[in-house]
Amino acid sequence: MSPQLSTPSKVPFYRDIRTLKWALQVLALLAVFALLYWLYGNYQENVAKSSIQTDLRFLDNPANFTIPGNDLDQSQPVRDAFVEGFLNTLRVAFIGVALATILGTLIGIARLSKNFMVRTLGTVYVELVRNLPLLLLLTFMNLAVVLQAFPRIENAWLPLDLFVVSNRGIAIPWFIGSPAQLGIGILSAALIAFVVARVRIRQADKSGKQDRAWLFGIITFLVLVVLIWLLFGYGWELPYVDGRGTTGGLRLDPSFFALVASLVIYTSSHIAEIVRGSILAVSRGQGEAADAIALTGSQKMRLIILPQAFRIAMPALGNQYLNLIKNSSLGATISYFELTQIAQITVGNGSPAVPAFSLTLLVYLAISLVTSLIVNFFNRRLALVER
Amino acid sequence: MITWIRRNLFRSITDSILTVVSASILGFVVFQVFQFVFVTGRWEIIQVNLKILLVGRFPEELMYLVGFSVLATCFSIASLASGANRTIETTQRLSGRLWELFQRFGLIIATSTFLIVLAGDLDAILFGAYVILSILGGRLFGRARRNTSLRKLPGWLWVTINALLPLILIFLTMGQAALEEWGGFLINFYLAVVSIALSFPLGVLLALGRRSTLPLLRWLCTAYIELLRGAPLFVLLLLAGVALEFFIPASIAPDAIFRAITVFTLFTAAYLAEVIRGGLQSIPKGQAEAGKALGLSTFKITFLITLPQALRNVIPAQIGQFISLFKDTTLAGVALSVLDLLNVGTAITKQDDYLGQGLIYESLAFVGLLFWVGSYVMSRESQRIEKKLGVGIR
Repeated sequence: MSPQLSTPSKVPFYRDIRTLKWALQVLALLAVFALLYWLYGNYQENVAKSSIQTDLRFLDNPANFTIPGNDLDQSQPVRDAFVEGFLNTLRVAFIGVALATILGTLIGIARLSKNFMVRTLGTVYVELVRNLPLLLLLTFMNLAVVLQAFPRIENAWLPLDLFVVSNRGIAIPWFIGSPAQLGIGILSAALIAFVVARVRIRQADKSGKQDRAWLFGIITFLVLVVLIWLLFGYGWELPYVDGRGTTGGLRLDPSFFALVASLVIYTSSHIAEIVRGSILAVSRGQGEAADAIALTGSQKMRLIILPQAFRIAMPALGNQYLNLIKNSSLGATISYFELTQIAQITVGNGSPAVPAFSLTLLVYLAISLVTSLIVNFFNRRLALVER
Repeated sequence: MITWIRRNLFRSITDSILTVVSASILGFVVFQVFQFVFVTGRWEIIQVNLKILLVGRFPEELMYLVGFSVLATCFSIASLASGANRTIETTQRLSGRLWELFQRFGLIIATSTFLIVLAGDLDAILFGAYVILSILGGRLFGRARRNTSLRKLPGWLWVTINALLPLILIFLTMGQAALEEWGGFLINFYLAVVSIALSFPLGVLLALGRRSTLPLLRWLCTAYIELLRGAPLFVLLLLAGVALEFFIPASIAPDAIFRAITVFTLFTAAYLAEVIRGGLQSIPKGQAEAGKALGLSTFKITFLITLPQALRNVIPAQIGQFISLFKDTTLAGVALSVLDLLNVGTAITKQDDYLGQGLIYESLAFVGLLFWVGSYVMSRESQRIEKKLGVGIR
């Protein structure tokens, strides 16, 4: 019996799955547009009623406030204040990310230690910090530690006579000279050190000996930095108490210290968990193979486990970095003059709220996008190439 | 014992040094904490302000509403927990089961006892008893689902029934008392519960939209998720505080608590969508294909086959998201000037009786205790569920 070939009866267009799919999408789009249009219409109406600026012209108005630790003048435009706030956000982000990664990795490893005491210490730290709100840590750091536990300037702590710790901030030794010059010098030293390390690796690949690339790189870097230091005649400057303040060195704002400390403490507890999970996720055979070829404990960690663990941890770490950067907006609650605080002050001074905060949001969005681009770049470099 | 010490503490010289250093750090911290809690801490500031810390200036005559909604929440959580659990329990001795219960909820019980002792009046004791009764009732109700014809109820309906009761009560309570009378831990608790309940369905829809085959829908959902994930919650809350009036008519401009709920819901939904998307991606293609082979519609494949498995696979990550929402409710305090627990905690140290006495340690310790116990118990539960489901075991 041959199957009867029936010509499919024509489906009416309103039951055609393709039409339906498009209709659904167009409907969804229309709904979104309708919502946006409604919001925009209300916005226009309300703005017309209260005669408020809607564009970014407010950026040219004088700022009318000063930023502590900065020679920004009151008459300078709001734009400059925003730039300064942006730079302050970046400052917190860079230092926070670097410190949180180091501390988090150490604690993550400590949590897997064979030593019971070290393990307990790591666990207590992670479980204590991870379950507290960041804002609580920040408030604690600001109100209880910096403003209350730190001494007044008259009897400031002077650890090793290098630092001045008081409730007016922490002053650290700093160099004298042009920061840009020194920055370029350090960057080129790092570049040369990197090249030396690469050459070492190539040589070691040929000879089959241990490369010790890190050792060579770091030594080259240090030697070069010392050379630059001596050649260009930089000098140290130690801070000392001078009346009601400190002179010399670099003074870190108390709010800066509180913000960075709480961000680092909070984020490192999350990073520690990621590092721990990633180390556990490295296949057991890798560690056993390292034992089999008689690597020492630290070699095994440094050369076999950690590189692979960081490959696994990279995407999650990137998320934590993004969180840290976005959380730095909480600096506004303790009057650290980062982006959000600047926006809040300008709005308080009469700048229009919607453009000012939208600008702030866009800047954060841009920072997030750039950060995730960088993380994705490293992730692609590190990722295992699979078929 | 001695072998254990030698193996775990003094394996080598470096090991011994590490042991001594970390033991002294740990010992110092523990000593300081004990000294603070039992000797130097002046806890009368907490005792005097206990009501403000917990419920703010909530009117006394409406307190029964708060009580009822807390009881209803306990009831539904207990009933959901024991109704969804379909594994056959091993026959354990009563002592073993009690020990397990103690491990899971000991902290909550201890904290509640501590609060009741601090409050020290009959109402608090009675309330504690009611909470226990409502949890037991919830458990009975949950078990009834497993053993009676209620079993035929679809899962989503079961969840909705359970979630509706506390939500209705909470909204009723919110409507009854004026906003400025709200405060304390009550705000954090309600913000968290309501935002969790609202963000979950939105997150599921966004995740499905992002995985949809319809390009326009996918782009819309992706744009929403990425935009909200790139923005700091604090700035969004500030924006909602000062700029919402511009976008909606003044007649429906909500007060600070509803603004906070809106922002938390929209924000958490974006993160939750990413978590659920991860779950959806972890489901093998064969599952959906099997559904197709059976002739199920796309809708049925999604809601009967892939989504339930996906949600189950990412329960720990979802709970993690809820924990961070719970902790982030403190941001509403500073961004929208809501008198939440943290705000009250710092404000009470500025009362005339306590000003300038350095009592910030005591009050922040109390605030921290409540948040810590809540988050810690939730994260422990999520680890337990993770273990029970066998997710993540290679």
